[in-house]
Amino acid sequence: MKRLLALSALLLLTGARDPILVPDVSQHEIQVRQGFNGTSLLLFGAILSPEGTRAGQDYDIVVVVEGPTRPIVLRQKKRVAGVWINADRTTYRSVPSFYAVASARPIKDIVDDRTAAIYELGLGALQLSPSDSIDPAAQMRFSSGLVDLMTRNGLYSQDEHAVSVTGQVLYQARIFLPSQVETGSYTAETFAISHGRVVASAISRVEVRKLGLDLAIADFAQHSAFLYGLLAVTISVAMGWIAGRFFTPA
Amino acid sequence: MDVYLPIANLSVNGLVIVLLGGLTGLLSGMFGVGGGFLTTPLLIFYGVPPTVAAASAASQVTGASISGVFAHSRRGGVDYQMGGVLVAGGILGTGIGALLFRLLSSLGQIDTVIDILYVVLLGSIGTIMARESIQTMRAARSGAALPARKRRHHPLVAHLPLRWRFYRSGLYISPLAPLLLGLVTGIATMLMGIGGGFMMVPAMLYILGMSASVVVGTSLFQILFVTMATTMMHALTTKAVDMVLAVLLLIGSVSGAQIGAQLAQKASPVRLRLLLAVIVLLVAARMAMGLTYRPDEIFTVSPLCRPV
Repeated sequence: MKRLLALSALLLLTGARDPILVPDVSQHEIQVRQGFNGTSLLLFGAILSPEGTRAGQDYDIVVVVEGPTRPIVLRQKKRVAGVWINADRTTYRSVPSFYAVASARPIKDIVDDRTAAIYELGLGALQLSPSDSIDPAAQMRFSSGLVDLMTRNGLYSQDEHAVSVTGQVLYQARIFLPSQVETGSYTAETFAISHGRVVASAISRVEVRKLGLDLAIADFAQHSAFLYGLLAVTISVAMGWIAGRFFTPA
Repeated sequence: MDVYLPIANLSVNGLVIVLLGGLTGLLSGMFGVGGGFLTTPLLIFYGVPPTVAAASAASQVTGASISGVFAHSRRGGVDYQMGGVLVAGGILGTGIGALLFRLLSSLGQIDTVIDILYVVLLGSIGTIMARESIQTMRAARSGAALPARKRRHHPLVAHLPLRWRFYRSGLYISPLAPLLLGLVTGIATMLMGIGGGFMMVPAMLYILGMSASVVVGTSLFQILFVTMATTMMHALTTKAVDMVLAVLLLIGSVSGAQIGAQLAQKASPVRLRLLLAVIVLLVAARMAMGLTYRPDEIFTVSPLCRPV
C-alpha cells in the first residue's frame, strides 16, 4: 500500500513536470494550383512550464513535417561491362514522400540515437525498412542512397538552425515545401525535449491538394484517358496548323 | 514565369520550356526533322520525369510536323500510298513499343535501354550525316563532282515477297519493307519520344531507294500520324502526357519551326546538314557519358506497382 502510494505520487510529480505545448501551423491546407512554386510552412506555438511560466530555456523544440507514405522500388546502378545499368534493387513498404526536421541545435546534442530512432528525429533516424530480407550492409547502403537522393531533390531536409524561440515562450520554425511535393495528408509534429527525453508532443495536420485547372487536368488524364489523349492530339494539330497559316503568306 | 505541370507534379520556368520548344522547332524547320531527339533529353536534364518527357515530346512533334506536311503536299511531295503503309507499320510499332515500355519498366531497365537506343541511333546517324556532308563540301571545294549515287533499293528489300507499285516514290517493291521501317520508327517513337525523321529519311533514301522529291514530305506525313498515335498510346497506358508541358513546348516549337524554315532558305543545305550532324553527335556523346563514365544518379526511385 505504501509502495503504491509512493508510485502514484511519483507519477503525479512527473506528470506535473510536463510542459504545456500549444502548437499551430500557418496553413492547414496547401493549394496546388497554377503558378504553385512551393510554399513555406510556418510552425509556431508556445511552450510553457507546468506552472504557466516561460519555459523556452528548459526545453528543446524539434519540429517534424512528414508527407504521405508510399511503397517504392529503389534501384541502384552499377557498372556492368562498362555500362551503368540498374543492377540492384530493393523495395520499401512505406517511405515518406516528404520529410523535414527542424531544430535549434544539432539533434545529436538534443537526444541520443535510441530516442532519435523511436521518434524518427533526423534524417539518419528515419525508419526505412526494406521489405526484402537483405543484409544490414546493403540495407544501410540503400537507405543512405535514398535519403541522399531525396535530400538533393529537396524532398528530405534537416535544418539544425531553423527553430527560434523568442521571449523564452514563443517558438517558430519555417519549413519549405517544394513544388514537387505529393498531394495528400501531411503531419506536422512538434516535440518538446528535455534532458534527452521527449516530454511533450503535439500533432497538427496539413492537407496538400490540387485545385482548379490542375486538378481537372490530372483527373481528366487519369479517368478519361482516351478523351484526354484525343484532346492532346487535337491541341497539337490545331496549334501546328494555326501557326502554319499565321506565318505563311497566302 | 513559374508554371505548374499537373502530370509531372512540379513547377518549371515556363519561358525556359517555350525557348526549349523554340530551339527544337527551329531545328525542325531548318532540317525537316521533328526535333524530338533533342526535346526529350533536354526535358529530362531539366528535371522532368523521363516518361512524362517522352510522352509530351511526342505531341510537340505532331505540332511541328503538321505545317510541313501541308507545305509538301501542296507541292505533291507526299506519297500517300507509301505514307499509308508506313503509318500502318508505325501504329503497330507504337503498340509493340507500349508493351516493351511496360516490360522494361517492370524490369527497371527502361532508362538504360532508352539511353543505349539514343547513343546507338544518334551516334550512327550523326556519323553518317557528318561524313556525307564533309565529303560533299570537299568535293565542292576541289571542283570534282561526286559520283552520282544510283538510286536503288537495298538488295534485302528485293527478297521480300509481294510487290506493289508506288508511283510517286518511283518504286516497285514489297510493301513489307516500308511496313517494317514504319514499325521500327513506331517503337522508337514510343520509347524515346522522337518522331524518327532523322532515321526515316536516310532509310527511305538508302534502303527503300525512294525518289528524293517525296522523301521529306512522306516522312513528315508518317511522323504526323505516328506521333498522334504515340500520344494516344501514352495517354492510355502510361498516363504521362502533360498537357500543360505539351502546350508550352508547342508554343515554342510551332513558331520556331516557321523561323527555321525561313532560315533554311538562306543557308547552304550542306552546311545545315553538317550542323545537324554535329548537334546529333553532341546529344549522343552526352548520353554516352551518362552511360559509361558516370550516371547522373546512382539511385532511382519508382513507385512500387503490385503485379495485377
